Amino acid sequence: MEIDEFIGKFAEIFDDTDASALTAETKFRELDEWSSLSALGLLALADEEFDVELKAEDVRQAETIADIFSIIQSKL
Amino acid sequence: MSNPFSLEGKTILITGASSGIGRAVAVECAKMGAAVIISGRNEERLRQTFSSLVGTGHKLIVADLSNEDGLKDLLGSLSGLDGIVLAAGVVEMIPVLFASKSKFDKILATNLFTPIELLRQVVKKRLFNPGLSVVAIDSVAGISKFEVANGIYGSGKAALASFLKYFALEMSGKKIRVNTVSPGMILTPMQTKGAVDETKLQETIDRIPMKRWGKPEEVAYAVLYLLSDASAYLTGTNIKVDGGYTI
Repeated sequence: MEIDEFIGKFAEIFDDTDASALTAETKFRELDEWSSLSALGLLALADEEFDVELKAEDVRQAETIADIFSIIQSKL
Repeated sequence: MSNPFSLEGKTILITGASSGIGRAVAVECAKMGAAVIISGRNEERLRQTFSSLVGTGHKLIVADLSNEDGLKDLLGSLSGLDGIVLAAGVVEMIPVLFASKSKFDKILATNLFTPIELLRQVVKKRLFNPGLSVVAIDSVAGISKFEVANGIYGSGKAALASFLKYFALEMSGKKIRVNTVSPGMILTPMQTKGAVDETKLQETIDRIPMKRWGKPEEVAYAVLYLLSDASAYLTGTNIKVDGGYTI
């Protein structure tokens, strides 16, 4: 999966944040809609799409969407 | 004078005894005089539990009960049970839009189908003594406390609690009692590994009226009561052990 497609999937975690508002450099934890549910959605997304087990710690360490994407890639 | 709370002379099976609440129940049952049969998937951790048991006559059976052979092995070594504590369980936080059938299958295999099958087989094979007390570890997440991303776990626990009421109803003629204990936020490996981090652990305390997490042994004490003759007239009921979390 390429990063653009990942950004599309990432946007599905949110209610009001559209994929067009996101880029690889978006600092996702600074988004208005970011919450503990989004964090759990991200873990579930990594599991469903990549069969990768992300930890809360991984999410905390990442700043941008590209960071998260590369953590997932490193666990493939 | 006899103590109605004693478990002296009783044989009690405990599933999920390799850690957390199951381990605490095993340890406390042994202290109250019971002979316990502990079962779990992880041999090393199950042996740690075993070595913490006081008294004699205890048995350890390593088995994955969600697997047909594992269940058969366990059933083959049981007889004359006075108590069964269903404490094996798994949790995974999954938002509803990710709650696929395969996720349900995985979690409910351990949390719902396995305990039901075990009970059914124990009764059909008559592996119990009259007065058998069954206690299942349910959860406030079943029908009392709804929190995000806990839908599969919670609905599985609700289904378990519901089925066990039917079980209590139909088994009363055989002098079998069936009750549940619903823990709130208890500090066990289930809570501290994986998705729940330090911040979440602290935030949770603010939402608990008693301002602390519960200890596994505090859940075990309610289980001991339900296993003992002191609760002889209780069946089909539930005890919440939650520090006021569901008030």
